[in-house]
Amino acid sequence: MTDTEDMLTTASDWFEQEGAVALATVVRTWGSSPRQPGSQLVVAPSGRMAGSVSGGCIEVAVAEAASGVLRDGEAQLLSFGVTDERAWELGLACGGRLQVFVERIAPQVAPPTAPPIAPQIAPE
Amino acid sequence: MTPATLHALRAARDAERPVALATRLADGAQVLLPGGTAPPGVADAAADAIDRDESAVVELDGQSWFIHVHAPAYRLVIVGAVHIAQALAGLAGALGYRIVVVDPRRPFNSAERFPGVERMQDWPDQALEALGPDRRTAVVALTHDPKLDDPALDRALRSPAAFIGALGSRRSQAARLARLAELGHDAAALARVRGPVGLPIGAVSAPEIALSIMAEIVAVRRHSALGVRG
Repeated sequence: MTDTEDMLTTASDWFEQEGAVALATVVRTWGSSPRQPGSQLVVAPSGRMAGSVSGGCIEVAVAEAASGVLRDGEAQLLSFGVTDERAWELGLACGGRLQVFVERIAPQVAPPTAPPIAPQIAPE
Repeated sequence: MTPATLHALRAARDAERPVALATRLADGAQVLLPGGTAPPGVADAAADAIDRDESAVVELDGQSWFIHVHAPAYRLVIVGAVHIAQALAGLAGALGYRIVVVDPRRPFNSAERFPGVERMQDWPDQALEALGPDRRTAVVALTHDPKLDDPALDRALRSPAAFIGALGSRRSQAARLARLAELGHDAAALARVRGPVGLPIGAVSAPEIALSIMAEIVAVRRHSALGVRG
C-alpha cells in the first residue's frame, strides 16, 4: 500500500542512530484528505522528519506532538479538521478531517518491582 | 511500538509476507497478525484487511483498533528486455514496484542494460510458471514477438494476475487474441489482455510509452475509471 514510502527502514535507522524515534500514522480520514490511512511520518529526537501524513498542512503540528511523545512515551491520538482551530491556522485547505496516531519506538524499560526507596540521609 | 515489533514488521516485509499491525487507539497496545495473540474479532478483522489490502479503524467490543496492513511490494513482470523495458523498469522502480525482467535473449537481458534489476533468462512460460503471478502482480509483454509474448500471456491468463498487457498495434492485438483463443482461452480470459497496453497519452518516445504503461497499471490498481477498457 505504501510502496515507496519505506518508513519502516527510516524508523529503524533513526532508532539505531538516536536511541528513540516517533512514528505518526494516519488512522482515519473524512472528506478529501491527501493521504490515506496507513501513511506515516517519522520524527527523530534531533528533529529530522521523513514521510507525510497530509499534503504538508499538519506535519509541523504533528512533529510538535511527536516531540512530546518522544519525551514522555505516552502515545497520542491527534485530530485535525476544519473545526480544529490549530489545523485551520495551519491551513488544512483541503477541508478534510483526519486522525493521526503518534507513538514512540524506544527500548522498553522494565517496570520497577518495588517502589523506589527514598535515599536515607544518615544522621551525623 | 517496541523495537521488537518494528523488527518483526521489517522481517515480514523482507520475507514478502503480508501482515497487519493492530493498534488499540486508547492505549497503543499492539499485536502483529497473523501470529500474535489477539482479542476476539481482531484477528478476523486483520485477515479481512490483508485480503482487501486496506488499512482502517475497526470498532470491536467498544474499542477502536487501527488495522495497518503491511503488504509486500507490488510486482511487475516485464517480458522482453527491450528499450521500453529499460525505461519501464526505471519508472516502476521509482514507484516502489518489485521488477522482474524476463527474456531468454542474453544480449538484451544483461546486467549492464538492467543494473540492479532481477532478471530471468528462462523461456517466458517457464519463468512465469516459476514466478507464479498473484493478485499483486502485473505482467506486460513487450517483445512484439509471438514466440516470446504468447507463452508469457498464456501463463499469465492461467494465473490471477492483477494486470496483463501487451505492446503492439490493434491489428497485432487482434491476431494475438486469435492465437490465444486457439490455446483454449475463452472470451472472458481474452478480455483481460490489455493491448495495445498503456493509457492513450500520445506517447512517442520509449520513456513516454513506459509512462503510459505505468499509468494504466496504476489506474487498474487504484480502481480509476481510466483503467476500465470499453
